[in-house]
Amino acid sequence: MIRGENIVKIFDGRRVLDDVSVLFDAGKTNLIIGRSGSGKTVLLKSLVGLHEIDEGNIYFDDLCYTKLDFNARKAVRKDIGMIFQGGALLDSSTVEDNIRLPLDLFTEQSFEEKMERVNFCLKRVNLPNAHKLYPAELSGGMIKRVAIARAIVLNPKYLFCDEPNSGLDPMTSIVIDNLIKEITEEYNITTIVNTHDMNSVMEIGEKIVFIHEGKKWWEGTKHDILQSDNRELNDFVFASAMAKRAKANM
Amino acid sequence: MIKFFDTLGRYCLLMKKVFSRPEKWSIYRKRIVFEMDALGYNSIGIAAIISIFMGAVVTLQMAINLESPFIPRSLIGYATRETMILEFSSTVVALILAGKVGSNIASEIGTMRITEQIDALEIMGINSASYLIMPKIVATIFFFPLLTILSMVIGVFGGWVVAGFTGIMMPDDYIEGLFYAFRPLSIIYSLIKASVFAYLITSISGFFGYYAQGNSLEVGRASTKAVVVSSIAILVFNLILTQIFLT
Repeated sequence: MIRGENIVKIFDGRRVLDDVSVLFDAGKTNLIIGRSGSGKTVLLKSLVGLHEIDEGNIYFDDLCYTKLDFNARKAVRKDIGMIFQGGALLDSSTVEDNIRLPLDLFTEQSFEEKMERVNFCLKRVNLPNAHKLYPAELSGGMIKRVAIARAIVLNPKYLFCDEPNSGLDPMTSIVIDNLIKEITEEYNITTIVNTHDMNSVMEIGEKIVFIHEGKKWWEGTKHDILQSDNRELNDFVFASAMAKRAKANM
Repeated sequence: MIKFFDTLGRYCLLMKKVFSRPEKWSIYRKRIVFEMDALGYNSIGIAAIISIFMGAVVTLQMAINLESPFIPRSLIGYATRETMILEFSSTVVALILAGKVGSNIASEIGTMRITEQIDALEIMGINSASYLIMPKIVATIFFFPLLTILSMVIGVFGGWVVAGFTGIMMPDDYIEGLFYAFRPLSIIYSLIKASVFAYLITSISGFFGYYAQGNSLEVGRASTKAVVVSSIAILVFNLILTQIFLT
C-alpha cells in the first residue's frame, strides 16, 4: 500500500499539487489520470521521491518515506521499479548492461546468476534476443519493454509507470498495458500507472485517481468512472470516442 | 554575487554527494578505466598535435627574436623547454581539454538529466552524482598528468625538428639548451597543476551537466557554461598555484 497525505508541491510560487491525499491499494494496478499539466507526473515523481514535497507525508506500507534520509531512502528505492515516459535507458549501455546494472550494484550474485536473471526478465517481456542491442537500435515499444525488464529485475514491491504508452501505436500500447497488468498480478506488486490514455483506464485500471488542476478531483474504479457526474472528469473521459461509445452502450 | 555563492554552495553539495562512499568499488573501478579511455586516451591525438606545433613555433619565435651575439643559441632550447614544462603542457593543454572534455561531460550528463536517465539511476537506489561524475574525476586526475608529460616530450621534439629542418640553429645547441639548468621540481609543479586542472574541468562540467534542465537548448547552454567557467577556473588556479609553488 502506498499512501500520500496532504501533499503540497510548489514550483516557483505555484501550487502544482494542492493538498492531495491518495491511497493506492497493494497488489493492484492503480491509475493516476488527468489532462496534460494537471500535476499527475509531479504526483508520481513526488511519491517516489524524485521531487521533494513541500508539505504532507508519503508512506510505503507503514514507513514514512518523507522523513527518511538519503541512505534510508536508498533502501526503500531498491523495492521500487519505475518505467519512465521515454524509457530512460542508459544510452551508452547495451540492453543487457542496462538490466544487469541494479544486480551488479546491489547483489553479490555471480555473473552467471545475474545473466540468468537478465535472461528471465528479457524473456518475460518477450525480448529474448535483444541482449547486445543499444537503446538507439530499439523501437519505442522495445524500449518500454526493456524498461519494464529493468524495473522488475530486483523483484520490486512497488512499480511506478509514467505514461507507459506515450508515443506508441494502439496495438503496442495494449501489449505494454497487458504486460504491466500481468506483472502486477504475477508478483503481487503495488503498481501505479500515470496515464491519460482512456484505453489503459478501461483495460487495466483497478483503482483510479483523477487529478485536475493539482487537486485530487475524483477516485473510484473503472466501472464507477462511466457513471460519475463529476463534470471535469466527464470532460476528460468522454473526450475519447471509445469511452463515449462505452457509455452509450451502458 | 548572491547567485555566485548560491552556485558555489550547490557545487560544494554536489561534490559531497560525488565523494560519498560508492555502492560497489568493483563497478566504479570498471567505470574509471572506461572513462580513462573515453576522456584521456581519446585526447592524446589533440594534445600531441597542438604540442608539436606549439613547440615548433616557440622555437622559431625564440630564434627570430634572440639574434644578439651575446646570447648563446642554446638558450632557445632552454626557453622552449621551460615554456613547455611550466605553462604550455599543463595550462594551455588544460584549456584545450576544457573545451573538448568539458563540453563532452556537460552535454553527456545534461542529456542524461533531461532524458530522465539520472532519475532512473536514482530510483534504482544508485547515487547518480557519484556513479556518473566520480569516475570521470578520478580518471582525468590520473590521466591528464600523463598527457602533460606526453605534451612536454612532443613539444620539445617539435622544437628540435624545426631547429634541424629550418637551419635556424644547430640541433646540438638546441639539445644543450634542453639540459641546461634543469629543475625536476618544474615537472612536479606542472603535474600537480595538471591534476588540479583535471579536477576543475571534470567537476565543473559535471556540475553544469547534472543541473541542466529543460530541453536540448539548455544542454547546449550548460555545455557552453561548463567550458567558460572551467577555463576561468583554470586561469585563476594557475595564478594561485604558481604563486604557491614558484615564489
